Formats: sequence, C-alpha cells, structure tokens
Amino acid sequence: MSDIRSGAPLLKVNDIHVYYGAIHAIKGISLEVYDNEIVTLIGANGAGKSTTLNTIAGLLHPRQGTVELNGANMNGVSASKMVSRGLSLCPEGRRIFQQMTVRENLEMGAYSRPVTEIDASLEDVFQRFPRLKEREKQIAGTLSGGEQQMLAMARALMSHPRLLMLDEPSMGLAPILVEQIFDIISELHEGGVTILLVEQNAQMALQVADRAYVMETGLITMQGPAEELLHNDAVQKAYLGS
Amino acid sequence: MIFLDNLINGLSLGSIYAIIALGYTMVYGIAKMLNFAHGDVIMVGAYIAFCGLQYWGLPPVMAILVAMAVCTVLGVTIEGLAYRPLRQAASLAVLITAIGMSYLLQNLALMIWGANPKSFPRTFINSSILRVGELSISSATIITILANIVIMVALTLFTSKTKMGKAMRCVSEDRGAAELMGINVNRTISLTFAIGSALAAIAGVLLCSSYPILQPTTGSMPGIKAFTAAVFGGIGSIPGAMLGGVLLGVIEIFGKAYISTELGDAIVFAVLIVVLLVKPAGLLGKPVREKV
Repeated sequence: MSDIRSGAPLLKVNDIHVYYGAIHAIKGISLEVYDNEIVTLIGANGAGKSTTLNTIAGLLHPRQGTVELNGANMNGVSASKMVSRGLSLCPEGRRIFQQMTVRENLEMGAYSRPVTEIDASLEDVFQRFPRLKEREKQIAGTLSGGEQQMLAMARALMSHPRLLMLDEPSMGLAPILVEQIFDIISELHEGGVTILLVEQNAQMALQVADRAYVMETGLITMQGPAEELLHNDAVQKAYLGS
Repeated sequence: MIFLDNLINGLSLGSIYAIIALGYTMVYGIAKMLNFAHGDVIMVGAYIAFCGLQYWGLPPVMAILVAMAVCTVLGVTIEGLAYRPLRQAASLAVLITAIGMSYLLQNLALMIWGANPKSFPRTFINSSILRVGELSISSATIITILANIVIMVALTLFTSKTKMGKAMRCVSEDRGAAELMGINVNRTISLTFAIGSALAAIAGVLLCSSYPILQPTTGSMPGIKAFTAAVFGGIGSIPGAMLGGVLLGVIEIFGKAYISTELGDAIVFAVLIVVLLVKPAGLLGKPVREKV
C-alpha cells in the first residue's frame, strides 16, 4: 500500500493523551492518514475509538500530544473551526437534526461554505444518495434508520472535507443496510475522498480499508495493511469471531 | 359586551406574557437553562424607557430603542459573565446563578432608582381609547396585540429562513452536532440572549403602558407567569410560548372576572398543573424520540 502513501500525511496524530476528568481514556496514541486512503480504527466497545475521533474533530482536547492536519498544529482549534480546515466528522448515532427537513440538514452541513456553492454540492450529494433527493422536504426524524445514516454521511460530505471521519456508520442497521453503507464508503473512496473509519464491525471495515489500527483500552496494539490484519490470528480471534 | 371586553384584555395581557415567554423559551431551547433573571431584564428595560421619556426628553420610539439596546447589551453581558463560565457545570449551579442574577438586578435597580414606585409616563401607546360600538379599547391593548403578532411572524421567519436562525435551531436540537457543522455555539447562544433581552425591553414598555406602576420588583410576577406560560405551551417551542402566553392571559382575566378576583393567579397555576398532568411536555412540546 506504500504506493498511495506519498509525501506528508494529511492527518498526523502524535502521542495524544485524553482524559475525562480523572479517567485516562487515551493513553498516548499516534496514527496517520494519507491522501486518498481509507484507514480504519477497530476495537472493542470502550477501547477509545470514538474518543480519538472526537479529539481529532476538536470536540475534546488532548492534555498532551498534538493533532496535525496538513502539517498545521490543530491543538486549541475549536470543533466549529475544524470544519473550514477541511475536516468533517459524521458522529456516532448519526446525530442528524431530527426536526429539520432533509434539505435543511444538508444545508447545515455546508454551513461553513459560501451560499453560492451549496446548490452544486446538493446536486452532487443527491446524485450519490438518490433516496435523499426523493425525501428532500421530509422531516429527517421520520426517515428510516438506514436513510438517517445516509443523511448523516451526506451532511458530513456537504462541507467538502479533505478528510471524512465516520464513527460507527453501521451501528444498529440491518445487515442489508450495512452492506449498502459499506458500498457507499467504497464509492466515496473511489471518488477520491480520504476516510478515517471507526467500526465495531471489523470484518467489513477491514475489507474496505487500506490500512488499519487496532485499539485496546486507550492504546494502539496493532497496525498494518488491512488485508494483513484481516488474516492475522490475534485479530481474527478477538474481533472477527473465528 | 363584558365578555368581549374581558377577552380583549386577556389577549392583551397574554400578549405581554407571550413576548416575555419567548425570551425564556428561546434561551431554554438553545442554552438549556432557565434564565430566571429574564423577568428583571424587563424591569430594567422599563426603567430605561422611563428615564428616556421622563429625564432625557427622548421621543417614545427613541426611548424604546434605547431600552432595547441597553437590554441587549445587558443580556449578552449577563450570559458572558455569569452563565458562560458554567456551560459545563451542573444545571443546578446555573439555576442558582440565574436566581442570584435576578436579585442582583433588582437590588441594583433599588440603588439606582430607589424603592418609590414611579409612574410610567403616557406615550402614543396608551394615549387614546378606541370606541367600537359599546366597546372601548385602549390603544395600549391594540398595540400590544399587534406587537405580539409582528414579533411572532418575524421570529418564525428568522428561525425558518435565515442561516443564523437555522443555526439556532441546530444548537437547540444537538449542540455537539451543530459544532460539527461549523456553527459557533457560544456566538449563537449570545445571539439568543440578545434577541430575548431586546424583546424583554419591548415587553417592559408594553407592560408599563398598561399597568403604569414601575418599581424594582415589577418584572418578578410577570416573569414567573411568563415562565409558566412557556412551560404551559411546551418550553423550547416558539409557537408554544405564544400560545401558552396568550392562553394564560385570557385564563387569568376570565378567572378574575367570572370566578374570583383574589383567585385569579391560583386559577392560572391550577390550569398549568392540569395541563402538565395530562401532557407533560406542554401543549406544543415535542416528546423526544429516537429511531433505530
């Protein structure tokens, strides 16, 4: 996979430590994401995967260590400013605006961009998610779970991110919808979107990803090409149930 | 005719409650806190308008605008100094701070303007009486009801059409997700306090135009009743605050007219209890739901 990892990384996380009050949740992890990659972060519940994403997004702040985007240190940059720096997080549990229409949700996704560019982005997103186009004027809370997940991803894309972070996009969805979501992730990747994916569904995540990191209780315990980890004995035992 | 008279008076009083309730409900919806100092911002607005009219010789419209400006600055300052540092604190701490802020404002008013009630001057708002058949309606009544309608329409348009207004709805629904959209949450909360406080100034002037006695505690009772109205209509909901306020005013006036003058307030709160027993989220409040 070294062929696509050229030049400096788009995202570089350097030995970050994150605390919730007295609880030491992330105990010094480092990771990198290069342009046009899909990198996945897998691990059990409570390993600190979402905390890592939330820290990168600026919702949480590391007590130690740095997050660099495009070579620039992002420590102290608020989450709302990270969006205009090219980073977009599609949060766990979708967190769409239930009382707003599908279209309004998408418009809010493009909040940091000039109004004149929104229509073109809407067209793009509707092309990728035709179901959302059909439901454009519907209140988002009335969508099905799968549609809500699509909306959450589409909304995250509306800011035209250089790096899209997806937190458990398959959570709580029926198997057929999980397939669909991963198909979309692959399509986005082919379209040139760089993705950092957090998943509990390690099997699916490793199949679409280029590289992977395995997290356990606040630390990264393994890393490497996704293909390799998929066939690694330890990973298979712990996360793939075989 | 007496019935119509009472109805119109109820609508007018209810309109004042509604305008105040908007401040409570918007702040609650967006900052998730009960700003018990809101009633006292009304009192400050009324005093500023009073000074403008009585001492500084301002024309009424200017006096109202100055009162709105002062209240806007006051509201944003209160939020920035007292509430913002507690953004991550327990809601009880914020509530107690708000109550403290309420007493601070009342006592500052006591220091500045004294304990003697002032009589609010006559302006274009309450200078004439309109006669329709046997009905005689004060101009204050009409202006209050009209102001309420204009404010409701303007706020509805603001929150449904403008970018800032939509950002407010996002913050109200999910602060974290709003931040991920690039919305500056602190600035949005400040804006909410600014709008609520400007409306409080208008409410203060309207209140004192109908009930022209101004003292440091003037804002307390209307404040509590407007808070009740906001809960009645469904706290967090703008149309709910409108509906709750107007209904509360009508119920209060009818209660006083047909049941008992002394029990007017008790009836108001009894109705609130019944509504909350039957519909805990308030008349227009939305129960929270999640889809999987």
